[in-house]
Amino acid sequence: MSAFFTDHWLGITLVILAQCLLIIVPLLVALAFLLYADRKIWAAVQLRRGPNVVGPWGLLQSFADFLKYIVKEVVIPAGADKAVFLLAPLISFVVAVIAWAVIPFNDGWVLADINVAILYVLAISSLGVYGIIMGGWASNSKYPFLGSLRSAAQMISYEVSLGLIIIGVIISTGSMNFGDIVRAQDTGAGLFGWYWVVHFPMVFLFLISALAETNRPPFDLPEAESELVAGYQVEYSSTPFLLFMIAEYLAMVLMCTLTAILFFGGWLSPVPGLPDGFLWLLIKVLLLFFVFAMVKAITPRYRYDQLMRLGWKVFLPFSLAWVVLVSFLAKFEVLGGAWARWTWGG
Amino acid sequence: MTTRFDIARAAKYWLLVDFLKGFGIGLKYFFRPKATINYPHERAPQSPRFRGEHALRRYPNGEERCIACKLCEAICPAQAIVIDAEPREDGSRRTTRYDIDMTKCIYCGFCQEACPVDAIVEGPNMEFATETREELFYDKQKLLDNGERWEAVIARNIETDAPYR
Repeated sequence: MSAFFTDHWLGITLVILAQCLLIIVPLLVALAFLLYADRKIWAAVQLRRGPNVVGPWGLLQSFADFLKYIVKEVVIPAGADKAVFLLAPLISFVVAVIAWAVIPFNDGWVLADINVAILYVLAISSLGVYGIIMGGWASNSKYPFLGSLRSAAQMISYEVSLGLIIIGVIISTGSMNFGDIVRAQDTGAGLFGWYWVVHFPMVFLFLISALAETNRPPFDLPEAESELVAGYQVEYSSTPFLLFMIAEYLAMVLMCTLTAILFFGGWLSPVPGLPDGFLWLLIKVLLLFFVFAMVKAITPRYRYDQLMRLGWKVFLPFSLAWVVLVSFLAKFEVLGGAWARWTWGG
Repeated sequence: MTTRFDIARAAKYWLLVDFLKGFGIGLKYFFRPKATINYPHERAPQSPRFRGEHALRRYPNGEERCIACKLCEAICPAQAIVIDAEPREDGSRRTTRYDIDMTKCIYCGFCQEACPVDAIVEGPNMEFATETREELFYDKQKLLDNGERWEAVIARNIETDAPYR
């Protein structure tokens, strides 16, 4: 029986399919609750109650919303390029999902344990901008087009500093594999052995860039309600809109997970004695998500020129300088090689 | 003109002081009791002067209060009220038609102020949304039914408010 699953092509395909489903289904279910949590946190800060009718404490609200989106009519604007219009949310969604293939949930719990995992995630999240541009262009309408242009410029700007920040981590680890990065943070010092200590200022830069990358407030210019209605999503309804929305939140959770893995030790336990495990990653991601949701509630929106200034004139030079600094710190093994945790001997 | 480098301001900027303060305030409000109420299940207190859906009242013996003086029709700033009247068989003057167009009404309460016999009143009900526009063109029967339905609350409200008038 086991030979079937390891040798026969059908068996191997079935195993891979099952593994994919094992990631996607819990991910989407978790996403529904995260959406609910996002709304609840936002409401709580504004002294509101938030959704509380569907299910106990409104817990099933997201499922009701999903169902509502699915049964509604798909409206396609008369002037729209139909094929591209419908392709755009699909691309956004697929791209948001496949990035999860390389994320390790626990030691060895990873669908594709490739050695260029970080490059893969960066490449995939860059592709996400295609869905947005196509959606904005194919709508053949002014607001979506402006929104998608802004979104493209914003995502490209912040991806540069995001990439540079990650380079610092790669230099420290000597590997682009997420598993290696997490294992490099396992120094026996628990909480204080993780990269957030040695790469301290970059944690905040990464978080802020992640906010910009995922079009979250205070950088939600592409969908600024007060000026662009909803940006590239204006003409979308029903399931295509749902796909866009899921893609947006998946990207956000992905950024939270990336932060947890790169800087907060992934599945490692913060206290040296306690066992490591998936639960720690979950807790870290949830805490980061809480921060994301709080930021949405407390910050006003940036102006477009401020956004660009921050990205190019502050983040880029700062992260670039940090890469150079880390290179030297790693090369000369300062502080007993705190910046040089190469598994293959430095 | 020279631009001076303000170290305090730069430190504030780089240490995200404003953001952290905002985060603290956000957290403070996060744990505060909610300002909103759980509406269909909980309700906010309502003043006895609340001006909601209209009702035509009757005397305790069942006689209509309205004497068709048409003061409400005259004072209505939205001209939402239409009244027709003629003497009844027993000689008393009564309305044959009393229509209120609830889509025109601005709920100013002038009709109940003008009424000499407390016949037309605005009751406590505010949940009378309908699916069609036509359902909001109230006739005499509908208003009298409202009166019957809400009489207990209306009478109590008028009594509560009487000392302040």
